[in-house]
Amino acid sequence: MSVDTATVKKVASLARIAISDADAERLAPELNNIVGWIEQLGEVDTKDVAPMTAVIPNTLRLRADVITEGNQRDAVLANAPQGEHGFFTVPKVVE
Amino acid sequence: MSALTDLGVAAIRNGVRDGEFSAREVAEAFNTAVAGADALNAFIVKTPEHALTAADAADKARAAGETLKPLAGVPIGMKDLFATKGVQTTAASRILEGFKPEYESTVSHKLWDAGAGMLGKLNLDQFAMGSSNETSYFGNVISPWRRGEGDTTPLAPGGSSGGSSAAIAARLCPAATGTDTGGSIRQPAAFTGISGIKPTYGRCSRWGVVAFASSLDQAGPMARDVRDCAILLEAMAGFDPKDSTSLDMAVPNWEAGLSADLRGKRVGIPAEYRMDGTPAEIEALWQQGIAWLKDAGAEIVEVSLPHTKYALPAYYIIAPAEASSNLARYDGVRYGLRELADGQNLQDMYAATRAAGFGDEVKRRILIGTYVLSAGFYDAYYTQAQKVRTLIARDFDNAWSQCDLLLTPTAPSAAFGLGEKVDPLAMYLNDVFTVPASLAGVPAMSVPGGLDAGGLPLGLQIIGKPFDEQGVLNAGLAIEQRAGFTARPKAWW
Repeated sequence: MSVDTATVKKVASLARIAISDADAERLAPELNNIVGWIEQLGEVDTKDVAPMTAVIPNTLRLRADVITEGNQRDAVLANAPQGEHGFFTVPKVVE
Repeated sequence: MSALTDLGVAAIRNGVRDGEFSAREVAEAFNTAVAGADALNAFIVKTPEHALTAADAADKARAAGETLKPLAGVPIGMKDLFATKGVQTTAASRILEGFKPEYESTVSHKLWDAGAGMLGKLNLDQFAMGSSNETSYFGNVISPWRRGEGDTTPLAPGGSSGGSSAAIAARLCPAATGTDTGGSIRQPAAFTGISGIKPTYGRCSRWGVVAFASSLDQAGPMARDVRDCAILLEAMAGFDPKDSTSLDMAVPNWEAGLSADLRGKRVGIPAEYRMDGTPAEIEALWQQGIAWLKDAGAEIVEVSLPHTKYALPAYYIIAPAEASSNLARYDGVRYGLRELADGQNLQDMYAATRAAGFGDEVKRRILIGTYVLSAGFYDAYYTQAQKVRTLIARDFDNAWSQCDLLLTPTAPSAAFGLGEKVDPLAMYLNDVFTVPASLAGVPAMSVPGGLDAGGLPLGLQIIGKPFDEQGVLNAGLAIEQRAGFTARPKAWW
C-alpha cells in the first residue's frame, strides 16, 4: 500500500488538520517511507498471539459514583479561548 | 568549597539539614545560573520566586527545629509536560501557548509536598515527540557539550527531555523531571553525561502530564548520579487513584536500598543489540560495562531477545496511534489556541486551529496514527503491532528466567549536531536500544560510561524486571563507581 497525495489529504481531513496541496505533496513521500518501513511487521508470525492490552497486569478499579471536585465552572473555563455566560462558545453549528 | 551549583540533590539536602548553607543561598545560586544561560534555551518559563519560596520554607522549618522534608531546600527543573498550577504549561507547542493550568500534576504536587522548589519549566520536543529537541515551538535546546576545543557546532541534548538533560549537565539545576515514552529520559541522559531512570510503567502517576502515548508514557527523574535519581524517584512515585493505570504498590526506600555489590546477580547481554553500523567506541564501552559489572560480582550470561528488530516499527505504529487519539482534545474550544477566520464554521475552526498550532513532527505522527487506525488498515497495522508488542514483552519474560538484569548501550551514537538528521526515519532509528523496554513496560536506566574520541558522553543502559527499580539502580551505581565519570561541559554559554 502506498501513500499518495489524495490519501494524505483524506487522512488530514479525518484528523481535522487543514493542509495545503503543497504540504500534501511534501508529506506523501515522507509518510510513504515511514509506512513502507513499518510494513515489515507483516513478516512476524503472530498466529495465536493475543494483542497486548496491559503491559503491566493491573485491574481496572471502580470508584464510588460521587462528585469529587464539583463547582469548578470558572476554573474549567479559565483557559477557554472564548467563553460567555458560563459556557464555552463556538461558531454556530445549527442554521 | 565548590560552587553550590556543583552540588547534587543529596549534597544539597544534607548541607541544608546540617546548616552548612541555607536553602535560600542554594536557590539564589541556581536562579543566577538559570538567568545566565539563555544561550542554551533550556527553559521555556523561569520561576525564581517558586524556588525561593520553597527555600524559605525549608530554612524556616530548620530554624524552628522541625524535621525537614525529604527534598527540603532542593530546587529542581520541571519538564514543561507536567501541568503546574498558575504556571504556563505548553508541551513546547504553540497550541498550548499561554495555557495556565488550574491544577497541579500528581508528580509535581508530590515533589512540592516533599519540599522541592521549581526553577522553571524545561523545554522539550513538542508533545515529547522527538529525539533531538528540534521540534519545540520555543526553539531548539542547545547541548552544553561541544565536540572539542574550538568546535562550536551546536549539538543536540537528546530528546524529548532535552531541556532537562541540558540544564542538569550545565549545572543549572541539580535534578529535573523527565518523561519517557520510547527513550525520552534515557537517550538525553546518555547524550549529556547524566543519569536518568524510567521506572516500571505505572510507578509514577500520569495524571496532569500532557499525554502522548498513554500505554507507554512514564515519568522519571534525571540527575547527575544514581543516588540523586533514587531520592527523586521516591518522591515522584506512588499510587494515584486519578490514574487508572497507576500501580497500587508501596514505594520502596530506594535510596536506603542502594548497594553496588552485585554478587549473586546475573546480567544478560542480549545478542540482538549488537547491530551493524554501531560505532566501535560504543561496542568498546559495552564491553567495558560488562567488565565493570563482573568486577562488582555479577555473573554475565548471553541472552536472546529475538523480536528486538520489530520493536521500533511496532512503536511507530502504537505511539502515533495513541497520539492521534490523545491529541484530538486540542480543538480550539476548551483551552489553547483558536484560529477562526470570519465566516468559518466549526469544522473549519478545528482544522485551522490544529494546522496552526501543531508543529510538523506532531502533524506527521497524528497523520500516521490516523492512517494506521483508519478503516481497512486497523488490523493490518495496529492489531498486528499490538501482537508484536506481546511477543516483545514475552522476549523479556523469557530472558528473566536466565538473568536478573540486562546491559546494553543507551543510544547507537553520541550526540549529533542540530540539523544533521533531517530524515524523520533516521531520527526514529536513534531510539533503537530504548524502545523495547518501553514496549515491555519494564524499568530502565542510563548512566554515563565514558567519552568518545570527540570528548562527548556515551551512556550504558540497564534494564530490569518489572518493579525491580532497586536492581536497576544498584547496577547503575556499580557502573558509576567504576566509571568514575567526572567530565563536564566547559561553560561557553
